[in-house]
Amino acid sequence: MNPVENPMSQKTCLYDNHIQHGGKIVDFAGWQMPINYGSQVEEHHQVRTDAGMFDVSHMTVIDLQGNSVKSFLQYLLANDVDKLKSEGKALYSAMLNTDGGVIDDLIVYYMNDEWFRMVVNAATRDKDLAWINQQAAAFEVSVTERPELAMIAVQGPNAREKAISVLPTDVAQAAGELKRFVGAASGEWFIARTGYTGEDGFEIMLPESAATDLWEALSAAGVKPIGLGARDTLRLEAGMNLYGTDMDETTSPLISNLGWTIAWEPATRDFIGRDKITAEKAEGVKQKLVGLVLQDKGVLRGHMKVVCAAGEGETTSGSFSPSLKQSIALARVPADIGECCEVEIRGKLLNAKVVKPVFFREGKSCL
Amino acid sequence: MSEVPTDLRYTSSHEWVRLEEDGTVTIGITDHAQDALGDLVFIELPEVGADMAQGDACCVVESVKAASDIYMPITGEVLDTNQALVDEPEIINNSAYDDGWIFKVQPDDVDDIEQLMDASSYEAELEDE
Repeated sequence: MNPVENPMSQKTCLYDNHIQHGGKIVDFAGWQMPINYGSQVEEHHQVRTDAGMFDVSHMTVIDLQGNSVKSFLQYLLANDVDKLKSEGKALYSAMLNTDGGVIDDLIVYYMNDEWFRMVVNAATRDKDLAWINQQAAAFEVSVTERPELAMIAVQGPNAREKAISVLPTDVAQAAGELKRFVGAASGEWFIARTGYTGEDGFEIMLPESAATDLWEALSAAGVKPIGLGARDTLRLEAGMNLYGTDMDETTSPLISNLGWTIAWEPATRDFIGRDKITAEKAEGVKQKLVGLVLQDKGVLRGHMKVVCAAGEGETTSGSFSPSLKQSIALARVPADIGECCEVEIRGKLLNAKVVKPVFFREGKSCL
Repeated sequence: MSEVPTDLRYTSSHEWVRLEEDGTVTIGITDHAQDALGDLVFIELPEVGADMAQGDACCVVESVKAASDIYMPITGEVLDTNQALVDEPEIINNSAYDDGWIFKVQPDDVDDIEQLMDASSYEAELEDE
């Protein structure tokens, strides 16, 4: 029941704040992070109904700069950074390997014509950097990790208002004007209207030296600290994939509910993995990632067997949904699954309804 | 620190056992266990009438985080289960030793309870974890 002690694990610059706020610390991808500060369910509701903040400083920020940075990213990513026409605009994309499997999912921001900023997962940092550097060798691009930046996500219906009330004046002004999925730089700070909860809010990158003060100012403004536990139930309800469980290097984006992130046009754009996923699409995609809502009592978890008329599948992540008060899951299943299926939990087959993989966003059920 | 009442017996898998005046025992999970599991959202209770041996996995509690087995602390027959937990498993989070009791057992040999840890031994074990 106790976290595995990992003497090698790192601390973010907000570690002491987590302890002061009663954070229960666990090892996550080599980082000592708060799983909750008391009650994961209360933290979940705090984000759905008001405002919460997450320390996401463990995530990896990578700056890509140079004359050919745009053409590099058009080759590296399955989505097309050519869609980014104005400064600060964000794009969600998969980064594929040559087999068409997902190396990672990420957000890329267009800073200017010679500078894009990527945020990739903490758990995949080493392999991502190795892959990006390997691919960048043929381009005039510099790859610079920015570990000196902290990152705080502020999420919830009141998140923007509360955050703006405590941000430095120039950052606050930039933040107030942001449209969804757009960011803005202000000195060393970068603030974007993005997130991983299905609620409105900001993700704020800032110098580590300023992070503690911002955290405490947000806290004083009524933004409560939220642990990784609630982060997972929030993203699951929002139908957002978690790398490593809902998708990995063995799954193509087409069976991971990431088809919408692939830019097929222009057909002349060569990106890594394109030939493989093009062939997969031409043959007919055999599986898909769907949402499941458990009809019987119990709790769905990742990697449970799914049984339906069309064959078998597997849940990829599952939990009790605090907002819906029932259990939900993402599951990879045969493409022609019907409207219901069964899931095996401890040897028993329980009934589940098949839905689109999005359950709850912006304070409302999507069911 | 978590609460460890002195009138109960304990297992290293974090169940508590209370010997009642009529010779039956009441079983639940400790304050430490509920705190480690976090918000409980589901419970699968044992079947009333089932005969089970000490150490048998007899029911399951699930928190938002994970599922966890509860083990039979003592050999005997299940007499009763706390049905209030079916709809409100969070009662265990709020009252692990009272309203959050899970089931009652008629032990085969009531002296078996003497083999379980007392509060001070259990507290010492928690400190070593």
